[in-house]
Amino acid sequence: MLQFLQLVVSGAAIGCIYALIALGFVLIYKATETVNFAQGDLMMVGGFVGLSFMSLLGLPFWIAFMLAIVAMAGLGMATERIVLRPLLGQPAFTVVMVTIGLGYLARGLVTMIPYWGTETHTLPVPYKDEVIWLGGEGTGLVISVEHLVIIVVTVLLVTSLYAFFRFTRLGIAMQATSQNQLAAFYMGIPVRRINMMIWGLSAAICGAAGLLLAPITFVHANMGFVGLKAFPAAVVGGFGSIPGALVGGLIIGIVESLAGFYLPEGIKDIAAYIVVLLMLVLKPNGLFGDNTTKKV
Amino acid sequence: MSDAILQLNNVEAAYGAVKAIRGVSLEVQPGSIATVLGSNGAGKTTILKTISGILDPQKGSIQFKGEAIQKRDPAEIVRRGLVHVPEGREIFPLLTVRENLLMGAYTRPSSDKDEVAHDIEAVFGYFPILKERTSQPAGQLSGGQQQMLAISRALLAKPTLMLLDEPSLGLSPKLTKEIFEIIVRINRERGVTLLVVEQNAHIALQYADYGYVLEIGRIVMHDTCAVLREKDDIREFYLGVKQAGVRGERRWKKKKNWR
Repeated sequence: MLQFLQLVVSGAAIGCIYALIALGFVLIYKATETVNFAQGDLMMVGGFVGLSFMSLLGLPFWIAFMLAIVAMAGLGMATERIVLRPLLGQPAFTVVMVTIGLGYLARGLVTMIPYWGTETHTLPVPYKDEVIWLGGEGTGLVISVEHLVIIVVTVLLVTSLYAFFRFTRLGIAMQATSQNQLAAFYMGIPVRRINMMIWGLSAAICGAAGLLLAPITFVHANMGFVGLKAFPAAVVGGFGSIPGALVGGLIIGIVESLAGFYLPEGIKDIAAYIVVLLMLVLKPNGLFGDNTTKKV
Repeated sequence: MSDAILQLNNVEAAYGAVKAIRGVSLEVQPGSIATVLGSNGAGKTTILKTISGILDPQKGSIQFKGEAIQKRDPAEIVRRGLVHVPEGREIFPLLTVRENLLMGAYTRPSSDKDEVAHDIEAVFGYFPILKERTSQPAGQLSGGQQQMLAISRALLAKPTLMLLDEPSLGLSPKLTKEIFEIIVRINRERGVTLLVVEQNAHIALQYADYGYVLEIGRIVMHDTCAVLREKDDIREFYLGVKQAGVRGERRWKKKKNWR
């Protein structure tokens, strides 16, 4: 039983990472109807940016964390403005191909930057290798602080995002734009600027995910492939639903963690896709997908 | 001529190669209700879209309060006091009624908060049913209520001129009448100038002051609604009062003589 709980906790922590990246997918999808396949790579860049702030500028972890998020928001907005806005009105396929290309570009460019390169870097977090015992040292549940930080920061991020979308004028305008872009135009909401801000928000969330994941997987050019697991998370939750992305991420993370321990070798890597296939067969709209089909 | 609040001079607009309006000129006097009548595909909606900046005209000029507004950003046009209530309501389905209304006030500075809250109450005065539904998602409202919400949302932008695109679309005759009565009240009580586009010529001619008849992208007739109501062509083609021709058949050609 203890073993099981242990796996659930570590699965939930990784699930939070999937959830954050899935959240990035969902935000952009809802606002602009395109899937940004470079989401995982944005996360990777976020990891590198944070790493540089810490080791090159010598900033403490949490300050570097904040600065990296701000920098990623800027990068996201710049990407939208420079690369995606000129594609406005092009078929979705074009945009998807461009985002895949952006992902490759990011992976390639990162290896060319002198300090970043192809090596694997360790992010020197202050809570490295610390653990907390629940229910007695040596006998109870052991939770690594790395996992705990992921879960706590995710909860904080998600609640503040919820408050932002629910109560602020800009947040409501973002929702409005994603629900009915034309009407937003008619009401004088600056749709293009809002889309840019959504890209910024999405990149910032991914940057945070990258920095949270870094202590576990290290920082390297290919860490963005986690994005491939976040995609099933978004689908399980019902693409286009924010709570869905969270629940989907948690489900994928926990299933993966359990499958890694109880099932034969190799199942762990495909567990996410089995879950998503089952979901598509049983409930094609996902857990939180809206049943209203799009009006033409 | 120059005291008109909105003035279109020889405006042409197209969707790709298809010319939708071919040289439309019209004027709206401040404080009045003007209407543009026309059948499907005549270019009514295109005119409104061109005025509100959703579509850029290829030729011609549009003047609002004496200033040229063609090819401006829609947001800027809204800020100047010209709001478009689009065809088919286009509300934000998952936002609550209140949030929809707040979005109508998006172009107003955030310091206007108290005034916006006050204006929302004022709008509920016109449409009491919306007050009961304040915190319900707008997508759950009936068609008529959604139309009311769309009009209210536009009012929250504090317009001096409001463009209404087919407010009667999909509504029962009774509800259409109710909506038009409230539109007239808004015009009289708040001094909002209105340009209403309608297929339902009967109701539009009844409530508007001045009318333009649009056919295949051109204005073919304009006069006060009282006069238009009595014209044979209007009676025949828009109001459905049939008159047989000399040879016992109704001919399209005959009405061409009004140019």
